[in-house]
Amino acid sequence: MARVVVDVMLKPEILDPQGQAVQRALPRLGFEGISDVRQGKRFELEVEGPVDDAALARIREIAETFLANTVIEDFDVRIEADQADSAALAAKAES
Amino acid sequence: MTVRVGVITFPGTLDDRDTQRAVRVAGLEAVPLWHRDKDLKQVDAVVLPGGFSYGDYLRAGAISRFSPVMESVIGQAKAGMPVLGICNGFQVLTETHLLPGAMLRNNHLHFICRDQKLRVENAETAWTRSYEQGQEINIPLKNIDGRYVADERVLDELEAEGRVVFRYRDVNPNGSLRDIAGITNEAGNVVGLMPHPEHAVEPLIGTGRTDGLGFFTSILKKLVDA
Repeated sequence: MARVVVDVMLKPEILDPQGQAVQRALPRLGFEGISDVRQGKRFELEVEGPVDDAALARIREIAETFLANTVIEDFDVRIEADQADSAALAAKAES
Repeated sequence: MTVRVGVITFPGTLDDRDTQRAVRVAGLEAVPLWHRDKDLKQVDAVVLPGGFSYGDYLRAGAISRFSPVMESVIGQAKAGMPVLGICNGFQVLTETHLLPGAMLRNNHLHFICRDQKLRVENAETAWTRSYEQGQEINIPLKNIDGRYVADERVLDELEAEGRVVFRYRDVNPNGSLRDIAGITNEAGNVVGLMPHPEHAVEPLIGTGRTDGLGFFTSILKKLVDA
């Protein structure tokens, strides 16, 4: 089972008062040096079968028509290496 | 003749009963419509009431857009049937792209509930012809996702074509661009606004005035004239 991640962010020109509220809270918590915060959404889609070009095209369609409102939001689709793959990569790196 | 106005109930809709009542107070017949029904029961017009359809999950109005009833509403709206979206209903209309732009969280992040003055900027739509151009009305406003946004090109187009139907007066309660409280489509049959006319149709409740009644009498005028 592969996981595809869709990140949805407000377009840069759209005011994000939630992100601003988070940014303004940081100094009060003792965290300095953060000049801006933008808040977005992350969707994790578990895909049945192989994540081939056709599957990715379908997920882009899901993102464009439903997960994001492209009037106000941009989105990004990427495949997340599953845990088995990550473990294999880690083992390879160590050997 | 009896004018039949459909009032849609989605899971999470709050103002369907008030809307049905407002329709009846204006002398029209209210026809309840359920979100799973594709059949619009031969209504002459449809109102999408306020509330939190489908819990406002994902984005306000985003999931309602894909309900069976909306498929029929979108088809009929494009064919000229009068459709009014109030608050959450306005959000549904922007999500379906029957109206341009989008609604976002209020710029101050608070839920507001207040009486709000509006200026009627276009008294020629299916839902505003009982008003006069430039008339001020006072009706309740209650929401957290009420900030209307669209890109500059769309805003200029709306202004140039007289499609800004209502503007906030005295105070902009949510950071809506150009003080926009309500808009219409090119044909003038689809109107969406954030404030609630259905809560101001009897002197006893709402703002103590009946400023919202004109929406529902407008539709009678429109359909009888047609």
